Amino acid sequence: MIGSLELLASLRPLHICIGKTGHITQSGRSIAKLGSGNLVGQRFLEVFEVQRPSRPSDMTGLRQLSDQVIRLRFRAEPDLALRALVLDDRSGGLILDISFGIAVVSAVRRFGLTAKDFAASDLAVELLFLQEAKSTAMAASFNLNTRLNGARLAAETEALTDGLTGLHNRRALDGALMRLGQSETDFAVLHMDLDRFKTVNDTLGHATGDTVLKQVADVMRAQTRQNDLLVRMGGDEFVIICPGLTDHLRLAGLSDALISGVSDPTLTERQGAQIGASIGIAISASGLEPATIIDRADIALYAAKRAGRGCHRVWTPDMGTSLSELDA
Amino acid sequence: MHGLIFRTIQAFVTDSFGSDYWSRVIVRSGVDVPSFEAMLQYEPAHLCALLSACAEELDRSQDVILEDIGAYLITHQKHASIRRLMRFGGDSFPELLHSLDELPGRTRLAVSGLDLPQIRVREPILHQYTIDCVGPPAGFGHVLVGLLRALADDYGTLAVLTHVGRRDEAEVIEVSIVDTGFAEDRGFSLSDAAEATVQ
Repeated sequence: MIGSLELLASLRPLHICIGKTGHITQSGRSIAKLGSGNLVGQRFLEVFEVQRPSRPSDMTGLRQLSDQVIRLRFRAEPDLALRALVLDDRSGGLILDISFGIAVVSAVRRFGLTAKDFAASDLAVELLFLQEAKSTAMAASFNLNTRLNGARLAAETEALTDGLTGLHNRRALDGALMRLGQSETDFAVLHMDLDRFKTVNDTLGHATGDTVLKQVADVMRAQTRQNDLLVRMGGDEFVIICPGLTDHLRLAGLSDALISGVSDPTLTERQGAQIGASIGIAISASGLEPATIIDRADIALYAAKRAGRGCHRVWTPDMGTSLSELDA
Repeated sequence: MHGLIFRTIQAFVTDSFGSDYWSRVIVRSGVDVPSFEAMLQYEPAHLCALLSACAEELDRSQDVILEDIGAYLITHQKHASIRRLMRFGGDSFPELLHSLDELPGRTRLAVSGLDLPQIRVREPILHQYTIDCVGPPAGFGHVLVGLLRALADDYGTLAVLTHVGRRDEAEVIEVSIVDTGFAEDRGFSLSDAAEATVQ
């Protein structure tokens, strides 16, 4: 029959035998690879620090941990958490069967361990396989998520943008109005309609019409502030939302600049095809739905057109709350 | 069917022949997916359509293409992690062969939903192996031949591998090991993992 110490040496590469004086008398073949060299002859508690369940400072304290699983670490490698089963060797000494637990991944990297450093029955290598496989699969998933997220952002932007002019579209306006409705921010709505645009489209063709619309968008970008929302509602109809801007004088100045920019004869590059713009303005008031403000800007726009086009009007209570009232 | 299978075919065609070839394969196959994602599921019927389109566009048989894909997975730098995962199977090429029974199980551990055929390995005569692959996807035996040929190289082993066709329900591979010390082993250490997983 094989001797017990020999049996221990062949089966448990990570064991330590401690004599009754507290000195290490034998260690498994892999222990020496853990950075502290050959431990035989050294005092166990000088090489290791036992952390749980108690912190024994001598052999008597250590012996009281028999048959328990303890947490310990090398004093020279404080980052490597180990655990061990403590066994009484029945002749005054102790045997510790050590394992890395979940720290096996970092231990293998730190000390360059190989499959032979573990007991044949140990699942350490399977754990390492799984860890690597998981990292590889996670990397692939992460990759996919990154690409999908990029596509989602692009699709979201596209869904809120007018393809021709690059301005926002009606859907973006709805979202912005909803957010404004929930906030305390005052804002102005400018509803702008191009004058004589239909003539340009009919006489110079749709391609020229499209170019003109793009140039109108450029004029709008040049005249507005960065956080104003510029929307093409469709056709030759535009809406500008100006958060925080309610001053009548400044709104009048903005409208004049827009109308004069749009009316620039070089915009269409041909004589006789000059367009213009009419603008209706409404300003938010507490307790009113954003949709009501939009309606008021619409009414004011109609008033501007009736006043002879090429001008702006700010909504006033005498204009009423619907287009039919205005006509009456 | 798992996206990794399609993604691998796409990567193989793109890396070995260029993305123009892949576009042509897609058009010829009539498959309505221009680019496959590794971590999504796809219609199993796409596999057959893609492989036959590959065979026509690349002007070689499907068997050869599948073998090349196996070799590509082990040798291409982009898939260093696959080589490593395979090398977990054993310290030597014969040990690896004996671990192949576990390959479908290991693969499932790595990527659940990626199902490989059942693999049975026998060594009736010393250094003469017979490997049976039972179950879908059909043609996996050819991929395995390419994979093992590249791995024999990796271990520095001289071996002769032949796909001998179908017998009953199984694809049968015969392996004859000539010399396990034929060339230098490219090496494998557990602790290299950190670099490999960055790929």
